[in-house]
Amino acid sequence: MGTDKKSEPLNRVDGRAKVTGKAKYFAEFEVPGLTYCVMVTSTITRGTIATINTKNAERAPGVLAVYTHLNMPAVPGWADQPNSNAKLPSGGEKYRMLGSNKILFNGQPIALVVANTLERAQYAASLVTTTYNKTEHQTDLLKNTQKAAMPGRFGDYTRGEQKEAYKTAPVTIAADYTIPVEVHNPMELAGILAIWEGEDQLKVYAKTQGVKATQRTLAGAFKIPEKNVQVYSEFVGGGFGMGLRTWPQEVAVVAAARQLKKPVKLVMTRQQMFSLVGHRPYTIQHISMGADKDGQLQGIYHEATAETASYDDFTEGTVAMTRFMYACPNVTTKYRIVPLDRGVPIWMRGPGEATGAFALESAIDEMAYKVNMDPLDFRVKNFAETDPEKNKPFSSNNLKEAYQLGSEKIGWNKRNREPRSMKDGEWLVGYGMSTGVFGAHRGESACRAQLNADGTLILQSATSDIGPGTSTAMVQIAHEVTGLPINKIRFELGDAALPPSGSQGGSATVSSVGSAVFDTCTALKALLSEAGLAFEDGTVKPVVGKTATMQQVLATQNKTFFEVTKSSKGGAEQDKYSMYSFSIHFAEVRVHPHTGVVRVKRVVTVADSGRIVSPKTAASQMIGGVTGGIGMALTEEAIIDHRFGRFVNNNLGDYHVPVSADVPHIETIFIDKPDPYSNPMGSKGMGEIALIGFSAAVANAVYHATGKRIRELPITPDKILSA
Amino acid sequence: MKQFSYVRVTSPDAAIAAVSKDKSATFLAGGTNLVDLMKSGVTGPERLVDINRLPLTKIEETKTGLRIGALVKNTTVAEHPLIIKHFPLLSLALKAGASPQLRNMATVGGNMMQRTRCHYFYDTAMPCNKRAPGSGCGAIGGFNRMHAIFGASDKCIAVHPSDMCVALTALDAVVTVKGPKGERKIPFGDFHRLPGDTPEVDNTLQRGELITAVDIPFNEVAGYAHYLKVRDRASYAFALVSVGAALSLKDNNIADVRLAMGGVAHKPWRLKEAEAFLKGKKATIENFQEAARIVMAPAKSQGSNEFKLTLAPNTIVEALKLAAANGNI
Ligand SMILES: Cc1cc2nc3c(=O)[nH]c(=O)nc-3n(C[C@H](O)[C@H](O)[C@H](O)COP(=O)(O)OP(=O)(O)OC[C@H]3O[C@@H](n4cnc5c(N)ncnc54)[C@H](O)[C@@H]3O)c2cc1C
Ligand code: SF4
Repeated sequence: MGTDKKSEPLNRVDGRAKVTGKAKYFAEFEVPGLTYCVMVTSTITRGTIATINTKNAERAPGVLAVYTHLNMPAVPGWADQPNSNAKLPSGGEKYRMLGSNKILFNGQPIALVVANTLERAQYAASLVTTTYNKTEHQTDLLKNTQKAAMPGRFGDYTRGEQKEAYKTAPVTIAADYTIPVEVHNPMELAGILAIWEGEDQLKVYAKTQGVKATQRTLAGAFKIPEKNVQVYSEFVGGGFGMGLRTWPQEVAVVAAARQLKKPVKLVMTRQQMFSLVGHRPYTIQHISMGADKDGQLQGIYHEATAETASYDDFTEGTVAMTRFMYACPNVTTKYRIVPLDRGVPIWMRGPGEATGAFALESAIDEMAYKVNMDPLDFRVKNFAETDPEKNKPFSSNNLKEAYQLGSEKIGWNKRNREPRSMKDGEWLVGYGMSTGVFGAHRGESACRAQLNADGTLILQSATSDIGPGTSTAMVQIAHEVTGLPINKIRFELGDAALPPSGSQGGSATVSSVGSAVFDTCTALKALLSEAGLAFEDGTVKPVVGKTATMQQVLATQNKTFFEVTKSSKGGAEQDKYSMYSFSIHFAEVRVHPHTGVVRVKRVVTVADSGRIVSPKTAASQMIGGVTGGIGMALTEEAIIDHRFGRFVNNNLGDYHVPVSADVPHIETIFIDKPDPYSNPMGSKGMGEIALIGFSAAVANAVYHATGKRIRELPITPDKILSA
Repeated sequence: MKQFSYVRVTSPDAAIAAVSKDKSATFLAGGTNLVDLMKSGVTGPERLVDINRLPLTKIEETKTGLRIGALVKNTTVAEHPLIIKHFPLLSLALKAGASPQLRNMATVGGNMMQRTRCHYFYDTAMPCNKRAPGSGCGAIGGFNRMHAIFGASDKCIAVHPSDMCVALTALDAVVTVKGPKGERKIPFGDFHRLPGDTPEVDNTLQRGELITAVDIPFNEVAGYAHYLKVRDRASYAFALVSVGAALSLKDNNIADVRLAMGGVAHKPWRLKEAEAFLKGKKATIENFQEAARIVMAPAKSQGSNEFKLTLAPNTIVEALKLAAANGNI
């Protein structure tokens, strides 16, 4: 590995279990005496609960308990933490579910009903009645920009001239870009199943992107040792970021289970998932840009303003890409957050960068047209050979090759660059492109290997698989190090008791856990070698000059397996180089001039993400990311009626994720060259870059097709018609 | 969800009796709309009268047209050879609606009776005159991008969401209903109603009445038909605006024409004035545009649906163009 050798495309090792229903998700576990929890949520946005009447609910058949702020069992770890965010820009009171009668956002849980069947819990929940004292609420970012504050993270940045250099450049553009609230909407609903097996022994089945993180949160919340908290999450039906936190309602269910001394399961409704498990924040951005007449960038100013909750600061790297993407001498970025009476956002696939890239890569296109250059040539001209922000070389950067490959595949140079110049019948035809980028992170991760006497290899790590095919990639890495056949290797994850790993987020799993698998398998080789054994021809054989087989060696050592556990993390190279994954997206669209309908007709997407460890699941990542990008570009928007502070389309019928008919054939191309420094495999992450930038490729293609610049997502027919 | 009792009936009379004598009872057909409404607390019948076993599942040829039983599934109608031959517009409209899974469950009667998709109607925490008369209309002054541009009242601006009904109104269908007082026939255009002061009443069906069949008279417009549905994604979304157009063309002369729209009013919106204008004229863009102008005269926007004032006439023109150009598809 770490070489140019290409990996073979493997089918998902757990594919069969998933399609046959053998794979079990958290909500599917049956435990004796299971009870069901249903949440009642607030219908006002800000104020206090005046009265809450739970009598009828408590008397309803099968009901075990109804918890409100009046009788909620304490969460000991919460009591320790400060009660206000006074030091944070959000500045408000901390949100403690059922901790007081205060309402901080619409859809906030105000009661938990636990019953012996789900239907009974649902019915009883409908009997809880509440009166409120309403106060004025603020949910509209556009009306609250005066509250914009600089958060602790992502401070202002300037390179070159302090004074906005773009203003004096020969060619300038300035524009505002808006993205709406987007919601992760994984297929699987969120929730938790909590079982107390003793006063301080907790077991949960969770929907989480990090079993260790959930373990830490719950141990902290209930002040019990981490090892007393068992967390299982072997299969996760999609996360996209919403599972990177153990949410207050999940902690509350664990508290309820403890008091009731019964296992309790909560499965949230789709509606509740719009308010209670985060979202991509509504963000407005301003970009000003200056270039000389030949298209050399002289200055970029990029300012982003995003919503957060009144009770918590949420921040993300929205303007990060602008700082280093192009060789531009003068760059200023600013990032602000505005506290609103809303549920807190959380990272969503391509967090921050997907939002920022929409603005930056749209603006780059605008500037290219303004200086009368091909947008691709413009990008090549302003290509940054080294990272201008960190002043470090890139560990690897094959963007130019990616531009080349992608443009050939889509037929970029065969198009007529003139806007509104190409047609297919009535439909206007357009081509657009964009770049995506995300840090190639590597965290610390551990793995245990167990080589059994029968020649099967079991690998274990407390990581997750929210869909990308973690086990498949890990089996592939182990296969490449040991030469053992795929069907002799099993990877186990989703159990917090396994050797520790980080959460599955930030496209770092293959890099982090994969490195641990790599190092552990390498250590296993050394262990075998000490015993006079070696992996050979897909099995374990005595080395030359030795005769004892593995079984014999194990017998003499009185063991049934060899075992090794190793922890792995990046070294000094992580500081020496600037490490990023890159993607280039090309989209061909059709726009109907009279109905405003936009269809993505063809997509070519190129990933420069180091060596591709698992080609098939990597291609799936790109296809999935582009599909999310189509949603971001054309269909997805969670709408709030600010008069009520309430979502109006919080269901999958009205919040439009792209369906099959929206998604054309997506051609994925991999540069597939090892990064010399990223990790032993030479791989870099790809989950985020698959989506980052794609929305700009579509918006740019729409401009090329129509001559209309749509700077507010999603690009629905009404926006085309009124542009 | 509220508890309810369930009874399965096998004759229309038993069904009618069960519902007319019990105010809290309601018919259950495919359940694709009713069950959703029950789950969201919009409606809470105490008794479901399952009518799926009633012998109303045939498509038959009569002397004057086709008769479709009220319990024929949407998929069956859409794919039936007689329907495709005589009323391609109906098949196209059905296929533009919902998803295959839903169409496999949904029935003709249930489709006609489906309730509006207005967001405020579905959310019991919001005001809505249709769900809770007198509570106000959340959509007026709110998020009303999907709402009506024709025939709205100051009580309700919702639209009827059905695609099938757009075709049926264009095709002059007649609804047969049976109730405690016997059978009656309702021209399709009179089945649904405008909201007026009583938006809680969607249509003219009386309590206890059962839809038994829909008759469509034979016509000359099967040759050139198109159903154009403009929506926010390529499939599985309700119409922003839809237009059903069917023409009889002789040497590019419009001998006969049927036009109706969806997504614009509290009922499927038949465009009779435009039809009258087009009849006898040439099938030209200019004439299509003039027809669209006639349609749009009374249109009124509610705010976020302003774009429909452009989209609706454009879609009429496009649908007519495609119908005239495509021939029978
Ligand atoms: C996600 C989603 C997307 C959809 N998209 C579309 C779309 O794009 N276009 C579209 O047109 N539709 C769409 N639909 C709606 C779908 O067409 C309707 O739900 C369906 O047609 C209802 O038929 P049903 O038989 O299931 O009715 P049910 O849900 O069983 O009943 C609906 C109502 O009709 C009454 N009823 C049923 N049969 C009779 C009868 N014979 N006589 C008197 N009353 C009766 C019932 O009492 C009930 O009040 C969608 C639905 C969903 C859930
Ligand atoms: S438009 Fe009609 S259905 Fe919608 S909120 Fe108003 S009254 Fe209710």
